[in-house]
Amino acid sequence: MEAPIAVAAVQDALPGAIEAVSYWVGDWTLIVARERLLEVLEFLKTAEATAFDYCSDVTATDWPPRERRFDLIYCLYSTRLRHRIRVKARVAEDEEVESVTGLWPAANWLEREVFDQFGINIVNHPDLRRILMPDEWQGYPQRKDYPLEGPGELLMENPQDWLRVRNLPDEAADLRSGAGPDSEIE
Amino acid sequence: MLDTVVIPLLKIAVLVNAVLVAVTFLVLMERKVIAWAQSRLGPMRVGPYGILQALADPIKLILKEDITPVKADRYVFTLAPIMSLVPALVVFAVVPFGPDPLYYIGDINVGLLFIISVTSIGVYGIILGGWASNSKYPLLASLRASAQLISYEIAVTMTLVSVILTTGTLSLVGIVEAQRESGIWFGFIQPVALVLVFIGGLAETNRAPFDLPEAETELTGGFHTEYSGMRFALFFLAEYANMIVISAVVVLIFFGGWLRPFPNIAWLGFLDLLPAWIWFVGKVFLFLYVFIWIRATLPRYRYDQLMSLGWKVLIPVAIGNLVVTGVFKVVF
Amino acid sequence: MTVPAPRASTSQFDTNELVINMGPQHPSTHGVLRVVLRLDGERVLDADCVIGYIHRGVEKLCENRDWTHIILLTDRMDYVAAATNNLGYVEAVEKLMQIEVPRRARYIRTILAELQRIASHCLWLGTHAMDIGALTVLLYAFREREFVLDLFEEFCGARLTYNSMRVGGLPLDIPPGWDRKLRSFCDLMEGKLDDYETLLTNNRIWLKRTRDVGVISGEEAIGLGLCGPPLRGSGVSRDLRKDEPNAAYEEFDFDIPLGTRGDTYDRYLIRMEEFRQSIRIIRQGLDGLPEGPVMGKVPRLLKPPAGETYHAIESPKGELGYFLVSDGKSTNPYRFRVRPPSFCNLQGLKRLVRGHLVADVVALIGTIDIVLGEVDR
Repeated sequence: MEAPIAVAAVQDALPGAIEAVSYWVGDWTLIVARERLLEVLEFLKTAEATAFDYCSDVTATDWPPRERRFDLIYCLYSTRLRHRIRVKARVAEDEEVESVTGLWPAANWLEREVFDQFGINIVNHPDLRRILMPDEWQGYPQRKDYPLEGPGELLMENPQDWLRVRNLPDEAADLRSGAGPDSEIE
Repeated sequence: MLDTVVIPLLKIAVLVNAVLVAVTFLVLMERKVIAWAQSRLGPMRVGPYGILQALADPIKLILKEDITPVKADRYVFTLAPIMSLVPALVVFAVVPFGPDPLYYIGDINVGLLFIISVTSIGVYGIILGGWASNSKYPLLASLRASAQLISYEIAVTMTLVSVILTTGTLSLVGIVEAQRESGIWFGFIQPVALVLVFIGGLAETNRAPFDLPEAETELTGGFHTEYSGMRFALFFLAEYANMIVISAVVVLIFFGGWLRPFPNIAWLGFLDLLPAWIWFVGKVFLFLYVFIWIRATLPRYRYDQLMSLGWKVLIPVAIGNLVVTGVFKVVF
Repeated sequence: MTVPAPRASTSQFDTNELVINMGPQHPSTHGVLRVVLRLDGERVLDADCVIGYIHRGVEKLCENRDWTHIILLTDRMDYVAAATNNLGYVEAVEKLMQIEVPRRARYIRTILAELQRIASHCLWLGTHAMDIGALTVLLYAFREREFVLDLFEEFCGARLTYNSMRVGGLPLDIPPGWDRKLRSFCDLMEGKLDDYETLLTNNRIWLKRTRDVGVISGEEAIGLGLCGPPLRGSGVSRDLRKDEPNAAYEEFDFDIPLGTRGDTYDRYLIRMEEFRQSIRIIRQGLDGLPEGPVMGKVPRLLKPPAGETYHAIESPKGELGYFLVSDGKSTNPYRFRVRPPSFCNLQGLKRLVRGHLVADVVALIGTIDIVLGEVDR
């Protein structure tokens, strides 16, 4: 399969930035080192041959046993050249990723959602808050180690617990592990 | 004693009740007319064709819990709906339903002025209600209401002055009699004034497309957001009573009050077989129908557009109309 | 924007600005959207959307269901355009598994998607007009939407959450006589569209309320990630039905209406024209409906090979994308991600409302055409 012009262009302009290029069922994906992510994305947006001016989606995938457990994925589209590409970077739990809101304002809420659901540290974001979950929420629901019927529901069963945990985040861990002092609840 | 106290009191009792009953049926009429306009049936459950809905609505409102918000200004909160309703009812003291003194409570020589001044007191109810609720949406709504009512009042009053110029009297009975003598309804002599007063009337009664103070899709109900039960019902009564007042004023001034159509054509005299007050009430309800029809058809103005319409269009036109009327009066 | 905390002392109360909560219980926020507005008088200085009130964790839920079960969960996202959600998902899975879909099934899918667009736009038109104060249009639009729901009910038995498509085709062929009913609906709808336009298009008040309200340039709209009619209203020609045709769209002839000013009125006109284009597509689909089966060859147990894909279609609201990851081992998707068009469009609200009046906020929420089920998932 012949690589499209956009892929070739970024490989020429930024040698070494692209760790791998993958192709699957018609989609091209660039796998980029986290450190050079912003550089690559900026090139993709501004260069003539790529011109990815539209950020369709920012999302992530969690692969827990892996050391850099998250795949951070940007789906880009060019309204001028009408082609798509995905850019993927591997991120560990404690690593920081530069926000791309400077390039595409559209990424604002999408990055907030990634932060909210996966807990990926995005830095230089203008307004990084939780978006779908309540501000007080503990944990990151889309992680694979977050149970489907999670501690959140457990905490919600008794509103008293909930109110307490809101104020004392330390206790949340105890309650989740089942060590919560049940007798003290009125 | 009988003439000065008992009979007027009886008349007042009859009139107040008649107005309140008319309001309840007006609400039913509004629901029905809008339903038909929107290819619905409207209320159908209470009584045949939902006629008893007119009674069910007030009963429901009376029985409902009357909540005063904790942070509200208790006394003003209670006073506001009363201040809104009372002027709307007081106005009917000078509205003549027929030529005979039996059909009106009082015919004072400044009748029109009385109506204008008393109806403007009603706006205090809205302003105070919005303010006393101590809530943000009502506050915005009451600010809108005060600005809107004050600006449209100017346009309406200016226009009415041009009518007074043609009749030379402020008495409502006098105005209708003048139409009988001239043999033509003033609506045909003063069409511009008629349109202005009607538009201003829509705005002053907070009816669509000028229903900004209670714009339910913007301000969640506006000044009466915090009101419930009977206090809400009083605001509601006041609004519809004001609609009746405006229609009555338009009919008296522009549509010959209780006069039959074409009072100058003799062979239509058989129309006089219907009592005068039926002609009057019929015409009033015709206008109320137009009010409802407009509500079912038009979208709502925005606040700034409403103000610019009032100040930049209606008031200049009203002044122009006044000047033209004056010139005609002098020349002819 | 961060919402300022209430001040402790009233003596420091700032009398110039008023912070007001629009929603989550508000008649015009179309569900449980909460917009925190900072007002100067009636002018909006800043707006902040607070969402998530009906976040049900659809993505997480789908990662724990097998590939077929997910179809009925996609119904619950954009619940006024459920068939379009089904379509996007089953096509994404088909793409991942490289399944060939019979031509007849692709035609019927196209017809269903366009019928759904009519239903969704009916709901948009009704609520948008009602927010601006034209009550009657709401009832009219819902009256016609009812016909669409009846047609869907006859096709798949459900009126709102259809579960109407399967990976590899359709569960059922169209019932006998259905195409005739659909044709008569198309004729009826064309007349009714003229009715709506009589009430609104040249209405002076409607023009005043929508012209030059929420103007956004094409470039800015692209940057903000707007999609669907809000993007096309700014003159950007981007419709995935043309750009990346799915279902059977490449075989149909239709136009993409574009706006010039990028204001609320243009977005209104575009959607009104999309009604007509949808009718045109449906008619072509019925005329050229090929014979044949409606279900392709699909393995009993769906288990796509390891890999990932992003598939986007043009939903009534804009670009509806599905990003699916399969690990090749289990019968569940490893990652299920929706790119919700309303979510991305709603992001533009903050930009659109700035400097406008409170009354325009509801007009702009209406023009974006959000469904909170999709925004919050």
